[in-house]
Amino acid sequence: MSFEILLQYLLNGLMLGVIYAIVAVGFTLYFGVLDVIKFSHGDILMVGAFAGLTAYIGISETFTSPWLQLLVLIVVSLAVASFLGAVIARYLILPLQKAPPINTLLVTLMLGLALREMVRLFYPNGSNPKPFPKLLPVDGIDLGEFTLRSDSLILLITGVLTIVAVQRLITKSKIGLAIRAVAQDSETARIMGINFHRVVLITFMLGSALAALAGLMNGLYYNEVNFSMGLLLGVIGFSAAVVGGLGNFYGAIVGGFLFAGLQTIGAVLLPAILPNVPSAYKDVFAFAVIIIIMGLKPTGLISEKSSERV
Amino acid sequence: MKLLISTFVACLVYSILLLGSENQLEVGALVVLAFVVSLVGKKMGLMEKLAVAVREHPQFPAYASVFGVLVIMLFFHNSHFALLMLATVLIYSIVCLGLNIQFGYVGIVNFAGAAFFGIGSYTAAILATHTAVPHLLVLFIAAGISALIGSILIYPVLRTRGHYAALVTIAFGILFRNFLEVNDTLGGPQGLKIPPFTIFGWNLSEGLDIGGFEISFYIPYLLIALFLLIASFRITRNLERSWIGLSMDMVRTDEIAASTFGVNIAHWKVVAFTLGNFIAGMAGALYGMMTAYVAPNNFTFADSLILVSIVILGGIGNPWGIIPAAAIVVILPEKLQFIQEYRFLLYAIVVILILLFRPDGLLPRRIREYFPSNKVGGQR
Repeated sequence: MSFEILLQYLLNGLMLGVIYAIVAVGFTLYFGVLDVIKFSHGDILMVGAFAGLTAYIGISETFTSPWLQLLVLIVVSLAVASFLGAVIARYLILPLQKAPPINTLLVTLMLGLALREMVRLFYPNGSNPKPFPKLLPVDGIDLGEFTLRSDSLILLITGVLTIVAVQRLITKSKIGLAIRAVAQDSETARIMGINFHRVVLITFMLGSALAALAGLMNGLYYNEVNFSMGLLLGVIGFSAAVVGGLGNFYGAIVGGFLFAGLQTIGAVLLPAILPNVPSAYKDVFAFAVIIIIMGLKPTGLISEKSSERV
Repeated sequence: MKLLISTFVACLVYSILLLGSENQLEVGALVVLAFVVSLVGKKMGLMEKLAVAVREHPQFPAYASVFGVLVIMLFFHNSHFALLMLATVLIYSIVCLGLNIQFGYVGIVNFAGAAFFGIGSYTAAILATHTAVPHLLVLFIAAGISALIGSILIYPVLRTRGHYAALVTIAFGILFRNFLEVNDTLGGPQGLKIPPFTIFGWNLSEGLDIGGFEISFYIPYLLIALFLLIASFRITRNLERSWIGLSMDMVRTDEIAASTFGVNIAHWKVVAFTLGNFIAGMAGALYGMMTAYVAPNNFTFADSLILVSIVILGGIGNPWGIIPAAAIVVILPEKLQFIQEYRFLLYAIVVILILLFRPDGLLPRRIREYFPSNKVGGQR
């Protein structure tokens, strides 16, 4: 295998890792503040991508500059997703706070299914994959045989910057402090005068906006979106968050890159070592490793601090 | 007793009408009727009376349901579609009984129910095509294989809890489907054909002609399904009522308390998980042979969710709730063709509403009675 192809795989793996990490951060934020799993996260991602696509179709006649189009697309997509996230938190997740955690998991799983079906049934021609506009410049930098396309580079940098920005937001800002306080002990946080409901809603808006961003990045990278893209991305994001350790910001990022790494290894190394195993088994390989890791580290790689109260 | 018999007759006539009606309007009217009757019945306190009557004759519902299935079967003896649906309801009920042991008793939510169902179907396909194993035995081998593959998951399932445990089964369900899609020996996305079920040289899929009556080939499958359902139902019920069920309930409600009382948590989790997968695999093998082909598309994550929603819809932990829930989930979309396209959306919304407003399901599990009430001689 040539060095160029390896570099291509590496870039692809990094790209996937960034997207997965952004999705996983959402899961971990929700789990942090409310101890719930919001399984419709992946489908929020899909709705965000479709909202962006719709916005693009709506404005592509009026504005011609791709940068302006991109800006509108991002704004609309993030706004729709964060609104949806707040609505879900307010009407589905907060009312179920006292119910067993599995009920929240199921409600949001079903909500994800409902969102997916709604897009499939009610979006014009929604059951087929949709082409996503190529808005980023595609000219590349030649490195020998390997061309580093500037759109990939922009996406990668955007992803990394987003993760850094969220990390700064959570560790340095006042609202981040409130989120962390609620995550640590919601009752004490309330006593200290933190508006619990507001923090929860903001967290869900933030997480959903991140999901939408991941959806847009995915769409811009593959130039295609479809109604079921959220399912696999959601499950992968969930796996990444859980493997990293739920509620832990860095764990989610580690988990995201780990999963992308496993997929890349599954695609490159498996066929090289075992000639009769095609690279199509990459997801099987990645999920199998995840199950093994869960057996070895039942609360994730960076485990949450918990003690059993007897 | 009168009340019980009249309720039974009403349910029977209703099911026959529902299964037999071809016209959308009729089906819609029947659905509305059921809804109105249940509302009025609740207002009039009919449900409580019924519950009391059932308590006085605890054996009645079981015999009546079996009898009812047989009557419906004879009524539709030559209409394939109605019988197929009935058999599907029974098979789905079997799978959900298995999931109920895992979910309702020890509290392991299995999000890979369709995968274990699929393992059963695929095992049946391979065994029936490539070996001469008697087909009746195939059912049990398939169930065994399903339990065996499930045992790979035991270690992570035991070590993890809550959301972490959910990840294990979700990951397995997706892994399984992915594996089937890319595996060429198992037919890839096209799936495999399964030869018909034969018992003692008799090919079940040929149909019969007894005394001038043409009998649909689904009837033998239906009878086998009925038999398996009765068997798994009895196992579940007896399990629930025995000290095993008591231990399992304890494992679900409070692991720490259970272990301080000397209940071996890991042991009961393993037993319940394996038994549940066994039952699911058995049902899968029968379903595969009945429909004569298997494909990965029948065993998606959405199908697993449907199985879980049947258990929730029926009332977690109550085997009696599963059968009506399975009937609703299987028959309604088939009958109401205009909602066929929307059925996943509809399920999703119904389950969300149930979880929000009636988290115990249609027939909630009753609290254990440790001391038999002294009515009717207090026999238990």
